[in-house]
Amino acid sequence: MSACVNLENLTLGYDSHPAVHHLNGVVRKGSLTAVVGANGSGKSTLLKGIVGVLKPMAGACTIAPGVKLAYLPQQSELDRSFPARVVDLISLGLWPRRGLLGRHRSEDREAVSQALSAVGMEGFEKRPIDTLSGGQLQRALFARVLVQDADLILLDEPFNAIDARTVTDLIDLIKHWYGEKRTIMVVVHDLDLVRQHFPEALLLARQPVAWGEARKTLAPDNLLRARQFHEAWDENAPWCVPEEARNHDDPAHVNSHDHVDHADRRGVA
Amino acid sequence: MLALFDYVIAPFVEFAFMQRALAGALMLSVSACPVGAFLMLRRMSLTGDAMAHAILPGAAAGFLLYGLQIVPMTIGGLIAGIVVALGAGAVARLTIQKEDASMAAFYLISLSLGVLMVSLRGSSVDLMHVLFGTVLALNNDALTLIGLVAALTLGTLGIFWRALVAECLDPLFLRSVSRLGSPVHFIFLGLVVVNLVAGFQALGTLLSVGLMILPAAAARFWSQRVEIMCLLAIALGMLSSVCGLLLSYHASLPSGPAIILSAGVAYFVSVIASPRGILLARRPRAAHRTA
Repeated sequence: MSACVNLENLTLGYDSHPAVHHLNGVVRKGSLTAVVGANGSGKSTLLKGIVGVLKPMAGACTIAPGVKLAYLPQQSELDRSFPARVVDLISLGLWPRRGLLGRHRSEDREAVSQALSAVGMEGFEKRPIDTLSGGQLQRALFARVLVQDADLILLDEPFNAIDARTVTDLIDLIKHWYGEKRTIMVVVHDLDLVRQHFPEALLLARQPVAWGEARKTLAPDNLLRARQFHEAWDENAPWCVPEEARNHDDPAHVNSHDHVDHADRRGVA
Repeated sequence: MLALFDYVIAPFVEFAFMQRALAGALMLSVSACPVGAFLMLRRMSLTGDAMAHAILPGAAAGFLLYGLQIVPMTIGGLIAGIVVALGAGAVARLTIQKEDASMAAFYLISLSLGVLMVSLRGSSVDLMHVLFGTVLALNNDALTLIGLVAALTLGTLGIFWRALVAECLDPLFLRSVSRLGSPVHFIFLGLVVVNLVAGFQALGTLLSVGLMILPAAAARFWSQRVEIMCLLAIALGMLSSVCGLLLSYHASLPSGPAIILSAGVAYFVSVIASPRGILLARRPRAAHRTA
């Protein structure tokens, strides 16, 4: 199967500290992948890098041409005090189809109301968004992803603040997308949920620990290794030098460290 | 009935300067009020105020070089406003500093330059004119400028409406589906600048922001829909213009402050008496629904 997202030696991070470190791999078209890992292991950062709102510090992340992308962020920058109704919020999802100027047609309005009922929010059309509960807002955002009708769907902890019954409904939706051969990546914390419903998983601990079949990825020894990364930033951490530059003197080195030592760090960390 | 006619209609029928003032103020309402509504929804109300101050050195430079001429003062004001808007916006988007701080820094530098330039030459009368404008002395050039700005504003808002709403409501979403996020922010700041420049002939650099913010702030109390809010802001702006001009005519008051004070009355009425205002929101409800 062909690649949907191609990650080449991808390093993403903030303020010269990597949050995702040297990630290589391919997200196949039509795959359903759970992204798991501890707090600060780089899950959300990876999704931001794929969406393109965070530029890579090194390496590259390429999305196959023509792939439409939908992204449900962990922390939405939504302004809840803005005077808008639930339909206005969900209709934003029509942007990929209608763009800036295209008229919203009757089939678009139909798609919006279908998405609302798919997340169990019939009758919420005219509600101002500042009157929604946290879980209702999350479901409305999920409905917007539905309306976007994207080929690549990135969901960052979509089950936060959502009641058990709705989680089941949303997982059914995700499986329905999977059946439609869409490519889906979901950041999840509930490992049982992953073992039960996700064919593939990527276990991150800043570096990738394992990536593949979900049950194998979540095997106890992998989970143990994933726990052994140091979450806090180390201001004195040595600079990570690419292979070809290793043989040159790098003036940016904070601590002088010999190359063998450096290679070892990368190997085990 | 006749008294009402004498009081409300006659001034506008009899005097050409009142007609011009009315035309200018109404066009400004149509143009500046929806811009003000978005300014307020983006929590940038005070940015409008800062931009109004920022325009001063440009207008003052035009005034120093060419005297009280609308074209050089307008061009100068536009340049100063755009430099401040772009500079502050660029600092906010390229560094960790937020836009409120960078905007304050840029406008203070700009304002002090402006005061310096005006005080180099010219009497305090000139300064008063630049600061407070004269809606009763709008000439054809000024009216044409206001008309062009109104047309430009309505056209731009019409085209970029959806992007502007998305950028206010959920900027991260807009960035994930389109590259318009940053451009639409700067286009919007540009609209703020041109509307302030159009307004400063009539209302002065300091008060032109009043017609932008006050009707919009009042309209927010009455509506939960952004489209309706904008229309309501325009209506309130027009009403304030008419009331302010009449007040200025009958009581011999300066017209700019009279218009803005009328908008201020509309604001206070909204704060107190609107459905989401102080009185009704605080009213104890006798009954509530079951669901």
